[in-house]
Amino acid sequence: MSVLSETASIRDARPPLLVSLNDWVVTVDHKRLGIMYVVSGLVFLVIAGLEASAMRLQLAWSGLHVVPPGTFNQLFTMHGTTMVFLVGIPIVFGFGNYLVPLMIGARDLAFPRLNAFGFWVFLFGGLLLHFSFLGGEGLYGGGSAPAIGWFAYAPLTERAFTPGNATDYWNLALLVVGVGTIATAVNMITTILTMRGPGMTLGRMPVFVWEIVTISWLTVLILPPLTAAQIMLLLDRFVGAHFFDTQAGASALMWQHFFWFFGHPEVYILMLPGFGFASEIIPVFSRKVLFGYPTLVAASAGIGLVGMTTWAHHMFVVGMGSTLNAAFAASTMLVAVPTGVKIFNWLGTMYGGKIRFATPMLFCCAFLFQFLCAGLTGIMLAVAPFNWQLSDSYFVVAHFHFVLIGALLFTIFAAIYYWFPKVTGRMLSERLGRWHFWLFVAGFNLTFLVMHIPGMLGMPRRIYTYPADRGWEIWNLVVSVGVPLQIAGILIFVVNIVRSLRQGPPAGDNPWDAWTLEWATTSPPPPYNFEVVPVVSSRRPLWDLKHPDDPDGLHE
Amino acid sequence: MRPVTVTEPPGLDPAWRGRVGMISLIIAETSLFAVFVVAYLFYIGKSLNGPYPKDVLELPLFNTVCLLASSVTIAFALRALRSGGIRRSGVWFLVTIVLGAVFLAGTAREWYGLIVRHGLTIGTNLFGTTFYSLVGLHASHVIVGLAILTLLCVFAFSGALRQEHLERAEIASWYWHFVDGVWVVVFTVVYVVGR
Repeated sequence: MSVLSETASIRDARPPLLVSLNDWVVTVDHKRLGIMYVVSGLVFLVIAGLEASAMRLQLAWSGLHVVPPGTFNQLFTMHGTTMVFLVGIPIVFGFGNYLVPLMIGARDLAFPRLNAFGFWVFLFGGLLLHFSFLGGEGLYGGGSAPAIGWFAYAPLTERAFTPGNATDYWNLALLVVGVGTIATAVNMITTILTMRGPGMTLGRMPVFVWEIVTISWLTVLILPPLTAAQIMLLLDRFVGAHFFDTQAGASALMWQHFFWFFGHPEVYILMLPGFGFASEIIPVFSRKVLFGYPTLVAASAGIGLVGMTTWAHHMFVVGMGSTLNAAFAASTMLVAVPTGVKIFNWLGTMYGGKIRFATPMLFCCAFLFQFLCAGLTGIMLAVAPFNWQLSDSYFVVAHFHFVLIGALLFTIFAAIYYWFPKVTGRMLSERLGRWHFWLFVAGFNLTFLVMHIPGMLGMPRRIYTYPADRGWEIWNLVVSVGVPLQIAGILIFVVNIVRSLRQGPPAGDNPWDAWTLEWATTSPPPPYNFEVVPVVSSRRPLWDLKHPDDPDGLHE
Repeated sequence: MRPVTVTEPPGLDPAWRGRVGMISLIIAETSLFAVFVVAYLFYIGKSLNGPYPKDVLELPLFNTVCLLASSVTIAFALRALRSGGIRRSGVWFLVTIVLGAVFLAGTAREWYGLIVRHGLTIGTNLFGTTFYSLVGLHASHVIVGLAILTLLCVFAFSGALRQEHLERAEIASWYWHFVDGVWVVVFTVVYVVGR
């Protein structure tokens, strides 16, 4: 049956709205949950992006009064918290949800109901956090949204310094989101280790699946410490415990250690799936096998392991002493080694390839440049004396936005353009995709490349305004001018999605001529994924299917 | 819609899902406890005022023996289930529950003494803060374990538990062994090192 008539017959048989809404709520299908994860992640992305835009408006010139100081504190707290916990995590685990069973030849995750639990708990946590905008002040008179920064340092979070319930919204919401994330990680590990289809050995798994299993292990190891620290904070605030109460002899530094023991590997939890997206997309659009698959997989494991020993590089300025400083500086620089390996994997894949610059590939190319830049400033910040100079400055802000936007968000866009045809059965517009790409590249670099400069000139982060005589105005103006370009890019992206959902050209099963298992089934895949699960004998099962005379397995 | 016959892909024996899932959960829980243990160790001797551990803590030997013994009795319950003795297995589950409940009662007695006689609450000093949190976190895990064991016990006597459920019962027992193992660490840290 042709794709066209099949979609037409599906449209005719569309159930009434309430029934289909009910289907989405009660579903335990990994594909639907994956879609809901990614869509709610994108909604939170828009919310957090608007918060960032308000801050950039306030900082565009010295002495502006767009938002009052207290609101500014709430804006950067909510922006950071939302981006990390409600945008990054659900989008990468959402893609994992959707793609992992399809890529390994399984019908669903190991625990489908646990999966649904994870999603709804995440959504509840996200709504709880944002409810603080509405509820906090009305209910307890203690200010509305939290204003403690996304890492919520002690003792600021103690009841004496942040009365009211704003801080408790932050604490409880993230506690709940964390539990959901741990449940999803357990689910992913179990699925990948026990439910691979026939012939799908570990060494034949797509790199994205390797990245998901790596970050799931990281999640079960480093997210519970955050949960533990949040339980301690809860006890401090509600039953009068003294975990972070310096007046009772406790150490405020302990929170920093616990938080960053989670917080730093968390960056890898977000970034490794981004590497996975790039490792799936670059080979397909270079028409070549991924260069150095074993080294790429080993590098991911290496990043995961070493990444757990670097957390205190966020704390160089607190005075840990030179031994600890040196140890954490060294381990941080060590992470650059496996990360560098990966860059060469991708370059080696593109080298000599027949590159097609479709939108997913464009985003991956920009990712390569911007991620390299993010890595280089990361090494600079790992040097403790340099860090003392620039800690808590806009240089740091620029650095981690290069990681989380320039690298992660760009690969997420690449992934959405790449897998949208599989998920919906329709292609996104290439023309609008290019507009989205170029506007976003220009806007992003205008904002964040330039942002390094006010940082080096000494502008601290988290200030709501600054005096006129520091020479920061022009740089801040340029930084803020990049924002409307990015907003325009996002708007075009949204238009592209909405239009393509209705009238995009039908995609067919395998529009990119890709090689991994998810392209073997229909677009969108049926609820059971595969009628007959294909037998896999190499890392590129669809290549083998198309070229029986030259199977890949011989060369692996 | 046209009919589709769907066969399960081979993969591993479904029993492995439970095993791997439980092991991952136990690793996550270990990580959670590790942080509370680190906090306890770090705050030893840092309380600004009394009561101090050496003045008020007594070795909970009877409690410890009960909890460790429950790891043996749950093994007996599984052995009975394996050989088809469902009622016998139910009795051993019941013994395990009683041992766990005695442990909890012992903790309750200890806390009552600390609070009423020695005036030590979670807000008294750092010792109180870390002690009640760590021991309380463990006790809450004992309660969850008891809930699971109660289900198993009720199912054994109602006939819902059959020999084919051995695998699941075994995975549930791993959680109970984990709770016991954590107590060995808590006991060492709180009552041996911290005193």
